Amino acid sequence: MEYPKIDKELFRPYKNKPTEELPELSRYGYFEDTFRRFLKHRSSRISISIIVMIALFSIITPLFITRSDTLMDPYYAKLPMRLSVFADSLGIFSGRVERRLGDKGLTRLYAIGVGASYGDSEGDGYSPILGIGESDGRVRNVAVDSYLEVGFIYRTVTKDEYERMTEWERSEGKKLLFPLIADNEYNSDKRDANLWYKTDSEGNAVAKAISGYEALPFFLGMTLEDNYLRDEGGEVIYHTPVGTADAQGMRVRVLYYNYYQYKNGMKPDYLFGTDSQGYDLALRVAGGIRISLLIAITVSLINFVIGALVGAVEGYYGGTVDLVLERVTDVLSGVPFIVVATLFQIYLGDRVGAIPSLLFAFVLTGWLSTANRVRAQFFRFKNSEYVLAARTMGVKDRRIIWRHIFPNTLGTLITASALVIPGVIFTESMLSFLGIVNLGREGVTSLGTLLSDASGIWVNYPHLMLIPASVISLLMISFNLIGNGLRDSFDPGMKGGV
Amino acid sequence: MRKYILKRVALLLFTFFIIVTVSFVLIRMLPRELPSDKALADIMLDRWEALGYGKPILVQYLIYLKGIVTAWDFGTSWYVEFRAPVWDLLIERLPPTITVNLFALLISIPIGILLGVLASLKRGKPTDLIISLGVMIFVSVPSYVYAFVVQYVLGYELGWFPLTVYPLSIAGGWLTPKMLYSMFPAILALSFGEVAGLARFTRAEMCEALEAEHMVFSRAKGLRRSYAIRHHALRNALVPILPTIVASVIGVMAGSVIIEEIFSIPGVGQLYIRAINLGDYDVFMMNTVFYTFLGLLSGLAVDLSYGFIDPRIRVGEA
Repeated sequence: MEYPKIDKELFRPYKNKPTEELPELSRYGYFEDTFRRFLKHRSSRISISIIVMIALFSIITPLFITRSDTLMDPYYAKLPMRLSVFADSLGIFSGRVERRLGDKGLTRLYAIGVGASYGDSEGDGYSPILGIGESDGRVRNVAVDSYLEVGFIYRTVTKDEYERMTEWERSEGKKLLFPLIADNEYNSDKRDANLWYKTDSEGNAVAKAISGYEALPFFLGMTLEDNYLRDEGGEVIYHTPVGTADAQGMRVRVLYYNYYQYKNGMKPDYLFGTDSQGYDLALRVAGGIRISLLIAITVSLINFVIGALVGAVEGYYGGTVDLVLERVTDVLSGVPFIVVATLFQIYLGDRVGAIPSLLFAFVLTGWLSTANRVRAQFFRFKNSEYVLAARTMGVKDRRIIWRHIFPNTLGTLITASALVIPGVIFTESMLSFLGIVNLGREGVTSLGTLLSDASGIWVNYPHLMLIPASVISLLMISFNLIGNGLRDSFDPGMKGGV
Repeated sequence: MRKYILKRVALLLFTFFIIVTVSFVLIRMLPRELPSDKALADIMLDRWEALGYGKPILVQYLIYLKGIVTAWDFGTSWYVEFRAPVWDLLIERLPPTITVNLFALLISIPIGILLGVLASLKRGKPTDLIISLGVMIFVSVPSYVYAFVVQYVLGYELGWFPLTVYPLSIAGGWLTPKMLYSMFPAILALSFGEVAGLARFTRAEMCEALEAEHMVFSRAKGLRRSYAIRHHALRNALVPILPTIVASVIGVMAGSVIIEEIFSIPGVGQLYIRAINLGDYDVFMMNTVFYTFLGLLSGLAVDLSYGFIDPRIRVGEA
């Protein structure tokens, strides 16, 4: 056999580059790499920003809204959103509602505006009527500013308070106190402070005509005959004494829109409107987000820890431990969750409170799936060569479990834990809505509490349902997208699943 | 296979028995309230005494089991319907639950699978992106939100459908056109999530099946694309999908508690809520037994149907 002769100098290393010029392949560790991959997904980035925004909203809102959240304003309940910044200039967020009113109701609303301009040439800046539709003979569609619709109310105040009110009127230049209404045959409803004009017994506006009093048809700019309480001199009276001699009070008639400003030092601004009892819905939503997120994250963390511990032991040792735990898992996962939650609430609800018993219920069955995932991963890795090598070298079980195998399970574990959060938010809201869990009883607001508060009345006041439901939906979509993003980043090979 | 089925059934019964025992103890130990009506309270107290409610819990449990075995008696309702056997109450409430959920399922299965297949065939194209985005949103949004929206738009704003399901006396039966008409919003609300879930699952399975090497081979040997997809990809993709459908069919009987509450469907879920609110714990127990059994049964059905559908997967068969 003849070999070709090759020059010795041809045998030299091919482009022997110095090591510094090697491409920087191993610049990132596994988790850093995962994190980078995760942030590359546009959907993950958007979801994270949505969640951060919602969380910030829940923290910042209470700082901006200076009204105390215990302030319940029964006159301003179930009202839609209003922001006076926009309402006064652009006419949006004006607390507008649609009503179908006949002449009587329309006149009553119209009279609020007229009555508010008493003794003031400024005109009807307080008229609750925003627009009137065509009449179909009996009723008309009317756009109403629901915050002005309240109109006037009666209050009983002390003498000091009366002084403060008049002082406020002077300093603000707004009218707060209005003349009282005479208690005569032209006053059809003594409790309604808005009927300052003469009405018949049905409540229809009347005016003096040749043949006595006649009902007035409604038209804009109609003239109403006032029915104010007057003294002998014909002057209107602003207050009458009420109560006993030692607890002197004064009965006054105030314009509620201004009375609100007098009380709270600000115009009624409600970003999300008010809830069924007159709390600020934005504040309640913010509180609800905080509680719901807190519950969800707590459950997720506890499940993470318990699931990791049990799953690791189960998966690593196998055998009897595994068998027993498998049966326990069978039984626990066989109980319908709704029954678990109900039993926990009935047994522990009064003793440890609604939230802890809800947490117990979530944790009791929640760790099962986490443990299962960890167990499956342990089965996959515990017989691999590197584990065998470690064991041969005498590494203790504990170290093998936590340092050698466990990091392999972190990917699925973190993904699963992220996906627990939307599940908990959903389940909590469902249980609250069904009344199985009653957080409201303890004065705690969760997103589910808001839904259950709105149930029954929300068809007429859709914002009560729409706002919490949208927040829940947004949270669920975002957390699910984050979960998907995490799954794809931890396991790039899995890409493609929706 | 037979041995495997027997083993699984035995295991199911064992698990079922344990859950029923524990639930019985927990539910029977709940404090019972007597009605404020004195005469009624006396009657109830006598009945409870006669039924052994004052005896030790273990004795009560044996009485309970004996009642089931000898007379199929699961207990008596005291508040939901005075002295009605709870089994009858449950059976009475099954038809509306099954009707609503079955129709929702019948609508969702074809649409869901179709959307999933479509998305997988147009993978990465705008069709797929739109379907996938929709699926993501519809999977995440809770079912009750659809219920609110459907109820508000169809029932309140447009007024095409009643806000809640008609009572039986008005509609005349569970399957009359009038009843189905009033159930339509509920069926629709249930379908959104169902369709999205199925579409997502189908898409994932189809994507995997389409990428398999035998698909390339079937095209290489000259099969038409449609034929290859139908006979080689779809069939394989359906292997994991069918068991979940079997589970859903069983789940039809449990229904959705929240949808029943929102649309006032007098179904099993509503019975559960009423039983808890009224403190009618025998009904609560019946519901628990029923839900538990259905849950375990659907789990078993999934595992077994895998074996039936795909002879290659005979799990656990040694």
